[in-house]
Amino acid sequence: MSEACPACLGRSGLIGDLAPAIDAALERRPALGAEILGLDDTALRSAFGPAASRRRAPAPPDGVEAVCRHSRRYPGALLDLEECGLDAPAAIFLAGGLERLGEILDQPAVTIVGGRRASGYALDTAYGLGRALAAAGITVISGLALGVDAAAHRGALDGGGRPLAVVASGADVAYPRANRALRDRVAEEGVVLSEMPPGSPAFRWSFPARNRVMAALGAMTIVVECRIRSGSLITARCAEKLQRVVGAVPGRIDSRLAEGSNALIREGVQVITGAPAVLDELFGVEMGPDGPRREGPALDPTLEQVLDLAVAGATPSGIGAELDLNPGRVRALLGELELRGLIVRDRLGGWSAGPGG
Amino acid sequence: MHTSIATFALEGVDGRQVAVEVDVRRGLPAFTVVGLPDAAVREARERVRAAVLNSGLDFPLSRITANLAPADIRKSGPGFDLALAVGVLAASGQIPMNAARDCAVCGELSLGGALRPVRGALAMAASARAAGFSRVVVPVQNGEEAALIDGLAVLPVPTLAAMASMLRGEWAPDPPVRRASVARPPGPDLADVRGQADARRALEIAAAGGHSLLMVGPPGAGKTMLARRIPGILPAPDFDEAMEITRVRSVAGLGDGSLASDRPFRAPHHTISASGLVGGGTVPRPGELTLAHRGVLFLDEMAEFSRHALEALREPLESGRVSVTRAQRTLEFPARVMLVGACNDCPCGRREGTCQCAATDLARYSRRLSGPVLDRIDLVCRLDPAPPPSESPGDRGESTALVRMRVAEARRLQARRLQGAAACNADMDSRTTYRTVRVEPTAFRALAQSPGFASLTGRGHDRVLRVARTIADLAGRRRVSAGHVQEAIGFRISRSFEAAA
Repeated sequence: MSEACPACLGRSGLIGDLAPAIDAALERRPALGAEILGLDDTALRSAFGPAASRRRAPAPPDGVEAVCRHSRRYPGALLDLEECGLDAPAAIFLAGGLERLGEILDQPAVTIVGGRRASGYALDTAYGLGRALAAAGITVISGLALGVDAAAHRGALDGGGRPLAVVASGADVAYPRANRALRDRVAEEGVVLSEMPPGSPAFRWSFPARNRVMAALGAMTIVVECRIRSGSLITARCAEKLQRVVGAVPGRIDSRLAEGSNALIREGVQVITGAPAVLDELFGVEMGPDGPRREGPALDPTLEQVLDLAVAGATPSGIGAELDLNPGRVRALLGELELRGLIVRDRLGGWSAGPGG
Repeated sequence: MHTSIATFALEGVDGRQVAVEVDVRRGLPAFTVVGLPDAAVREARERVRAAVLNSGLDFPLSRITANLAPADIRKSGPGFDLALAVGVLAASGQIPMNAARDCAVCGELSLGGALRPVRGALAMAASARAAGFSRVVVPVQNGEEAALIDGLAVLPVPTLAAMASMLRGEWAPDPPVRRASVARPPGPDLADVRGQADARRALEIAAAGGHSLLMVGPPGAGKTMLARRIPGILPAPDFDEAMEITRVRSVAGLGDGSLASDRPFRAPHHTISASGLVGGGTVPRPGELTLAHRGVLFLDEMAEFSRHALEALREPLESGRVSVTRAQRTLEFPARVMLVGACNDCPCGRREGTCQCAATDLARYSRRLSGPVLDRIDLVCRLDPAPPPSESPGDRGESTALVRMRVAEARRLQARRLQGAAACNADMDSRTTYRTVRVEPTAFRALAQSPGFASLTGRGHDRVLRVARTIADLAGRRRVSAGHVQEAIGFRISRSFEAAA
């Protein structure tokens, strides 16, 4: 059941109506999208659409519920945005149910963001973090973008969790289209949430805007890998302003794909080396599941060595030379690792760490 | 008067019997050829006329009609020249009418009356023997290859004049010269390749079982170098395979007529078209795939081949044949090859080190390596980057001779086991695989319980077993152990790594 008052719904409707005009005006500086929403209705209207009149926003469609800031079900974390000069959304729309939203926000929540074009390492890491954190009972929040976001959501779903996706389009719109199936899965198991009215397309300015919502909902924001001008950095900045913990995963120092996230580390954010690091931050004690790789029966030492070398990027000839094994034996051990699910092979004969046992 | 001379036309890699009927009668001089002749056949009239006259024979000033029967099949090529000339001579009474009765006659004529060699003489001779002919007349240059067919008397003839003399009983040709079998020419040596232990092992397994192989590595690592050394470690073809290779060569106009002593190695450029790769054309000619029959087809820079060309390989790789349909008839070209591909490990070509590619780029690149062809690759191996030139030359690898010995031994074990059911392990069909590949039961049970094993599809499962059987053969083992299966799994191409895009 929706719990949103007409005034707040009206404001959402207004934002939706003015969205195209805002997009045109902010063409050069879409990052201002977050601040724009700090303007009240009158200011917005005079700046972007003097002709637009306030009218009641249409009732949200089936499957989408609305909740406004006046309701007690409105996520309290969002009100923190007011403290630092960023506006909290008047109304938010969600697919997945208000009830569920309340439940998943009762648990500790962590926001995971990163680039759309991501290295295999970043995708694996995002997936692994999503899965381990979800399994530990933590709500994983991300943006349903291609790349790191999608990997984090998938990890969370596979870890049995109920992920929360904050999107820049309407909550009922799948953007990008390629992630439609993933979006539907998240809506089914978790919640898809948006400040934009239902049916709204995604605008360039609505991404920075939603990034502030993501930063606010999580107790911590982790940047897995991003480039130097990535929107993920906006999320990180918002999180800082909100006095949330910010963390970043170390990336290859020679890779442009990780330049942004590595820069954050240089600035002094928390270095995230795995789910245990995240749990340490949140709870302050050393707890959390072991890395997925070490589950199952103990590995034969040679097998373990091959696994370590393989995941670190050694070639089969290299592994053979390093461990003094003949090439047939190296491949047999790689085959065994694959059968056990400890490595995953790709078409080009390479591999990456597998989900484990 | 009219007569009929038997000849054989080339169709795919086989011969098809054609009756050249010639009718000579009084009337305005004319020379007509009917029976759907193509341009080259129609031009035969000029060649026949000149050749007959230049051979000191008479060209009848009569109404000459030649029919190439059956009349509804298209005829092409200059191979009918000799039969037409003999028909004209017989029908004009210059040679006895039935002189060429139990003879098949093939050859192109030059204007001076000399015979020129034809493509596919071996195929024609084989078909002639199969059709019950006991004698075949061919140009001298085709004599050696036609003589490879048992049970057929080959009469190599140098000129039309000699042919006429022979048919009048005045002269008999010498039997064709059979050269002593040529020793295999030595090729490049595997010892030249430094390091690359993984690729060498994969090469050996591939050669031992006839398996298809994909080499993945950065540019300059030595993929082409290794591919060129594969023929050296393959066993020489046995007689039947040699005959097939010779037949294809003959049809393509390659080869010198002698029995093939080594296996073909074809390396088409990646700009080749689909029909260049599998064969085709208005008059169907064999493509690179067929030219590589019983040998190696090497696709360097596999990702650069056109999608269309790679797709065209799918069916022939499965069935071992190329089927070309023309005018409601289907021709078949043989195409049992060992497929070897090479590609970079990353679209930017610099995988380790300075690669900046995102996982999506990699996934897109691996998708370009056409799914259907990749599905038929049995082994994939990775090459290390080329070592810097300063490295000591001391670590040369095993020589070709050494590896070839092991491969030959493994092939011997296979031949004994398969008893002709397949030429090598890679050619085994599903049922033969099931029947002949015996895995130790305890090992098999352990394997079946692994999570990864369940993910093998039926075809993937068979493929792993065939490769495991070859690995066991190389080890000289009768039973296939778990280790052999694991190595086979270690070398296989897995489902594509779909990056979470």
